[in-house]
Amino acid sequence: MGPLTILSEFPEWINLLIAFCIGIGFGFALEQAGFSSSRKLAGMFYGYDTTVLKVFFTAAIVALAGSQLLSFFGLLNLKLVFVNPYYMNATIIGGIIMGAGFIMGGYCPGTGISALSIGKIDALIFLFGGMVGAFLFAETYPYIQTIAMENYKGPMRIEEWMGISPEIFTLILIIAAVALFWLAEHAEKKFSRTEITTDL
Amino acid sequence: MNKTNYMNPYFAGVLLGLVLLAAMFLSGRGLGASGGIKYTVVALVGAIDKQHAMESAYYSKYFENGESPLKNWLALEVFGMILGGFISGALSHRLKFKIEKSPKISNNKRLLFAFLGGVFFVYGAQLARGCTSGAALSGMAVLSVAGFVTMIAIFGSAYIFAWFFKSLWI
Repeated sequence: MGPLTILSEFPEWINLLIAFCIGIGFGFALEQAGFSSSRKLAGMFYGYDTTVLKVFFTAAIVALAGSQLLSFFGLLNLKLVFVNPYYMNATIIGGIIMGAGFIMGGYCPGTGISALSIGKIDALIFLFGGMVGAFLFAETYPYIQTIAMENYKGPMRIEEWMGISPEIFTLILIIAAVALFWLAEHAEKKFSRTEITTDL
Repeated sequence: MNKTNYMNPYFAGVLLGLVLLAAMFLSGRGLGASGGIKYTVVALVGAIDKQHAMESAYYSKYFENGESPLKNWLALEVFGMILGGFISGALSHRLKFKIEKSPKISNNKRLLFAFLGGVFFVYGAQLARGCTSGAALSGMAVLSVAGFVTMIAIFGSAYIFAWFFKSLWI
């Protein structure tokens, strides 16, 4: 029965070892997907390469449906799995700032780490900028604390918000993802830039 | 040796989803990346100016238990990511020092915007309490509203800003 480290009261070092192993899998999957290339990632926003959408939605659905199946068979207690707290204003404003950073830098933090691991210098500089960003946040925190805390809704889940069951929502999400995949395949043909994609 | 043989994106997505599922099953939590960057900064500030760290409303909570901020699930996961990415790059013959950019822009311009992008992204991630991995992907997998809103905000905003930064990429 999972989550294992919470229910089995393992010593902390085992949980940290698990973290390290999960990280190896995470870094491996991102690099294999091609997320170590900023020009491939940026393709998502100009239509010539939609790998980001395909990988991202497939992964979300596998983890979502997988965890619900494990829970259905009594193997995972979903009430003990961390649910992100929802601070409405901070989430929206933070998301918009992240989007701007994504298109300027060509990476997000995870893909930047992936790119650094195969030697991309631009990713090293991106992550250095990221450290400066985290430092600036900490130093400006007293001034933006109000925004960071406004409209706190707790660890709210979709079913409370929309009033539908998790199973139905998962089904809707799968259908939406398939429609998006179909659109993405078409976009790649329509906005194709072979001079970039053959180079990646 | 063909260096461009990336994994099929749907297959890579399944693999990434299974890694996330393993994190949920084993440790009761999702993946993360910006958190690892934050803990590195917290540790650095603590090493350089311990007094400032202890007095700050932001840093002090990371030093309460008296242990290094790097002895932490997310920090260890990020160390693992570097090894995992390196193994993948080695197997697929993609290990190479290079600045990746459009041939139409200079190295300096690419690096300047990479730096600015990093500053913006991680600042926003601290405010939103997670990035594409920790908030959007992991959040969606547990049906968190914050996860879906973060995903829509990041991608929606990037599509709008993409128009302004077109010359960097195409």
